[in-house]
Amino acid sequence: MTEASGTPHIEVRELSIGYGDYVVQHGLSFVVNKGDIFVIMGGNGCGKTTLMRALIGLQRPLQGAVLYSGEDFWGAPEEDRQRLKRRLGILFQSGALWSSLTLADNVALPIAEYTNLTQARIDEIVSFKLALVGLAGFEDFYPSELSGGMKKRASLARAMALDPDILVIDEPSSGLDPLTAKRLDELIVELRDSLGTTIVVVTHELASILSIGNNSIYLDAETHTMIPTGNPQDALKSGHPKVRHFLTRGAA
Amino acid sequence: MPNDAQWQLDIRPAGPANEDRLDIILGGRWCIDASLPASDVLLDALDGRIRRLRFDAAGLTDWDSGLLTFLGSVLKACAQRDIAADTSGLPPGAQRLLAMALAVPEQKVPGRNNGPQDLFAQVGTATIEFFRDGPQMLHFLGEITQSMLRLLTGRARFRPRDLWLEIEEVGPRALPIVSVISFLVGLILAYLGADQLRLVGAQVFIADLVAIGMVREIGALMTGIIIAGRTGAAFAAQLGTMQVNEEIDAYKTLGIPAVDFLVLPRMLALMLMVPLLTLYSGFIGMLAGLLVSVTIFDIGMFEYYTETLRALELKHFLVGLSKGTVYGAMIAFAGCLRGMQCGRSAEAVGRAATSAVVTAILLITIAASIMTIVYYQLDI
Repeated sequence: MTEASGTPHIEVRELSIGYGDYVVQHGLSFVVNKGDIFVIMGGNGCGKTTLMRALIGLQRPLQGAVLYSGEDFWGAPEEDRQRLKRRLGILFQSGALWSSLTLADNVALPIAEYTNLTQARIDEIVSFKLALVGLAGFEDFYPSELSGGMKKRASLARAMALDPDILVIDEPSSGLDPLTAKRLDELIVELRDSLGTTIVVVTHELASILSIGNNSIYLDAETHTMIPTGNPQDALKSGHPKVRHFLTRGAA
Repeated sequence: MPNDAQWQLDIRPAGPANEDRLDIILGGRWCIDASLPASDVLLDALDGRIRRLRFDAAGLTDWDSGLLTFLGSVLKACAQRDIAADTSGLPPGAQRLLAMALAVPEQKVPGRNNGPQDLFAQVGTATIEFFRDGPQMLHFLGEITQSMLRLLTGRARFRPRDLWLEIEEVGPRALPIVSVISFLVGLILAYLGADQLRLVGAQVFIADLVAIGMVREIGALMTGIIIAGRTGAAFAAQLGTMQVNEEIDAYKTLGIPAVDFLVLPRMLALMLMVPLLTLYSGFIGMLAGLLVSVTIFDIGMFEYYTETLRALELKHFLVGLSKGTVYGAMIAFAGCLRGMQCGRSAEAVGRAATSAVVTAILLITIAASIMTIVYYQLDI
């Protein structure tokens, strides 16, 4: 919590993403402020996940820059990129928990790797993180023994293990029942409010978009570029027709 | 003015008016990287008289999970000992997160123990596993037999394309490695024979040794072991990954017997291709024997050729082919069995692949011994 809320935390400049000659999205420019819950929305196949992969360092963009607190991510040498990546917590769509490790080991691995805390302290942190996502007592379970919702929450606990400045979440509520999804949304908002974490959510779940986002962009699959949409609630009332069409499930 | 580079923890009795209360004064920087105290420091101070705790965090400059973890442990201990904790002096964000963490009670799962077991328990578990494996193998063998019967009556469902793909994968693509190994084994056999036969001046019988050895036994054995490592492991990994992705369940729910669809084409491909590879392996081995005999041991090329023809009979080829077929079936059986038994994790897929190779080589060796003895007794 070194930077004040409201200052630019992630800045994307004229980004083009795609595979080889195939450009999925181009001309992406937006700013995510410190403490925002920033929603990247769009239909299936519009490039949401590709954009996310460019943001978190898994896929080099075709063009343009991603800046974290003013520092160019893709232009930086490898070790600087590693340092920047460590400030990110990532929740993958299918959880991506390590299947051969217990939940406790899944959460403990990043902590053990990047800090020199004692095992007892790490165990304490792991228990707390798991309790925070409602999984107290599941330390010794393997991912395959959990339900879909529990896996999702466990991977959120892992994403939060190092108290990241930025949490990037791909489809937080996909595969969750409405109540579990709502609890996860509440937890995300709480993390922002309490710890000041900046949160980027990639999703097409209307309920999540409207209830947690305070800023957003819409990726259009037809024009292959973005529409800045601001607060999703406002976009629903008076946004671009395409975006309103999307947010009302085709009713407007 | 608190020193913000360091955490501060002050535990004070609240005074004569509140003898059952402790005041916890937190100050400074409570972050995860600041070598924070363990919660025992505070828990040790809770003697029997203390019924209430009150937190005061006015001096706190910065905090993260480090503080939350510490307080989480303290609050959990307080709840167990029935001590009332007044958290209203903590930062509002921390209060809410702590409430969230303590909202869901800890799950007590009975009989769960992932810890190391003692020697007797390990031996016991391994023994039970071993005896459980036998019936499972028989069950799987039964399923394959049923599937084969369905194939013979034309009712087995699988895509012919799958069979051709498997045949290509296990046959032609294995030729390079089978060639190299067979050539070298043929070479070793020729040297071995030359050394012994020189003593009795019967070096020309190298041809008999290499021809009969390669065609009857070694060709099939070497091919079997190569294919077990190459294809058996691949089968186990493919089916294991399908098990992880619930693909096998998808076949089952469609009413398609997974054994028909997945195991049968693999089994048929190996039963067809391993004997052919065995034949090929024998041929390459004889070629190596010829090369060594002519260049190193001064045996004429024609002499070697006629000696080979004299030695080989049809029954030797039939023995080799029958062994190849059986080994192929064993490899497919072991690979598919271990794949279908696979658990739902990356580690389980690795174990399945390893176990497939070990099982296949074990089965091949047992089958080889039995068949050798039986053929000897039958004088084939």
